[in-house]
Amino acid sequence: MGTEFKMRASIRALTDYLATGAAVLSTILVVTPLIAIFVYLLIRGIGSLNLDFFTKVPAPVGETGGGMANAIVGSAVLLGMSSIIGIPIGIGAGIYLAEFGRGTRIANAIRFTADVLNGVPSIVMGLAAFSLVVVPQGHFSALAGGIALGIMMVPTVCRSSEEMLLMVPHAVREAALGLGVPNWRSVLSITVRTASPGIITGCMLAFARVAGETAPLLFTALGNQFWSTNLNQPIAALPLQIYVYALSPYDDWHRLAWAGALVLIVLIVLAVSLVRYVTSRGVLKGAS
Amino acid sequence: MGVGIEVSNLNAWYGTNHTLQDINLNIPANHATALIGPSGCGKSTFVRCLNRMHETNPIARVTGSVRIGDLDIYADAKPVEIRRRVGMVFQRPNPFPTMSIYDNVAAGLKLNGFSNRRELDEIVEKSLKNSALWDEVKDDLKKKSGASLSGGQQQRLCIARALAVDPEVLLMDEPASALDPVSTSKIEDLIFQLKSQYTIVIVTHNMQQAARVAEKTGFFLNGRMVEFDSTHKIFTNPSDKRTEDYITGRFG
Repeated sequence: MGTEFKMRASIRALTDYLATGAAVLSTILVVTPLIAIFVYLLIRGIGSLNLDFFTKVPAPVGETGGGMANAIVGSAVLLGMSSIIGIPIGIGAGIYLAEFGRGTRIANAIRFTADVLNGVPSIVMGLAAFSLVVVPQGHFSALAGGIALGIMMVPTVCRSSEEMLLMVPHAVREAALGLGVPNWRSVLSITVRTASPGIITGCMLAFARVAGETAPLLFTALGNQFWSTNLNQPIAALPLQIYVYALSPYDDWHRLAWAGALVLIVLIVLAVSLVRYVTSRGVLKGAS
Repeated sequence: MGVGIEVSNLNAWYGTNHTLQDINLNIPANHATALIGPSGCGKSTFVRCLNRMHETNPIARVTGSVRIGDLDIYADAKPVEIRRRVGMVFQRPNPFPTMSIYDNVAAGLKLNGFSNRRELDEIVEKSLKNSALWDEVKDDLKKKSGASLSGGQQQRLCIARALAVDPEVLLMDEPASALDPVSTSKIEDLIFQLKSQYTIVIVTHNMQQAARVAEKTGFFLNGRMVEFDSTHKIFTNPSDKRTEDYITGRFG
């Protein structure tokens, strides 16, 4: 009995070892591309980063220098607009799916639609915003770009919010109802609050995803070589600027494109970290 | 002060499952009443009918009448009003995980629009003292989350939360079944103190617990109430054979 027991134990230990090894390997495979891209961007882009990059608009063709200040600001404007549009609608729909419409046909239809919308190519979103906003207005605009990106955020925010709300234990809802709290109040003040860390993560994922989108902006925000924060005018955006510069025949613009890509990634990381920091400050000791 | 509860012809269903059949019972004010019986006999469903929590399940249905004090809860009032008058403590401690200890206790009042800070402070302190938790948590009321407490402390926090809205009746659905013996005895001591101010209905699997805390005991079996009498009588000289079989451990 002793030897058999020992053999089984060693097989178990080996299985454990292999499973852990596989998990570690997968983690490395996930992280490697990110690190590789980042390091490569650093190497190619950091040389072109200087104060001008952050303070000047693009130089006219034939002149050297210039920066992407307008594109950085433009991206911020577009992302702010898309968040204002996409996050409230997405969270609202997620709350409806998880709390009020559970099991109803409408909810199933909305869920299905959201999943399909999530899979629609981003250029199609751009076309939709083009025909909904650009055509009636008669010109390209920041507004159209913000709407295109905002619509793209909705399904991701909606479905992740729904999943996070469904993870809130039934006991927590019962506790609120048992205190004589009306259902709507319980949903908003207890369930949503309990799920808020996960909901915020979902919003950040959606934000980071649309921050790098180029296609939906091509015929909505269009891009702009000059300063503009007017929502009714075409506006510059980092991904668009990178796209234009990368396709250009000039070495100087190629270098700026590398720098732009580096700045875009760093800004996304900063924005996500800032939101995480701000929202985690209120978390109490021991809260799960 | 507590009020009495009169239950007449109460029937309850989950879907097609007739879980409570013709329950008639008078629960006295300012006493602790224990409900015992094997798992699935309907005792939890019964207490959930006393504050209309039963109907939060979409497939649930109730008929019959329940009078709490002078209020017929199925005819005269909305569920949310009843649940403010009839507090509930659940089987597993369920503090609001993202709220501080203070906010957990104040939740029932705050979520119903009560916002006077000074009064809230007083009520929170009083409720935590009433649930014998004050001394253990008074230094980190607003610093620590309700979820950071031990299981027994969490359950006393849930009792404080229920007491803070000043109910007349306190329903406890196996409040100590997930707790260790020390925490259990603290909860029992608490029930002993609280029953002078509240009418307490406690569901329990632990017959010694029923004998220790309750003046009256009801025995449930297969959705019916077999016997309801003084705890002493139920445990020493039950009139129904099934009650005797259950308390002597022949089944259940």
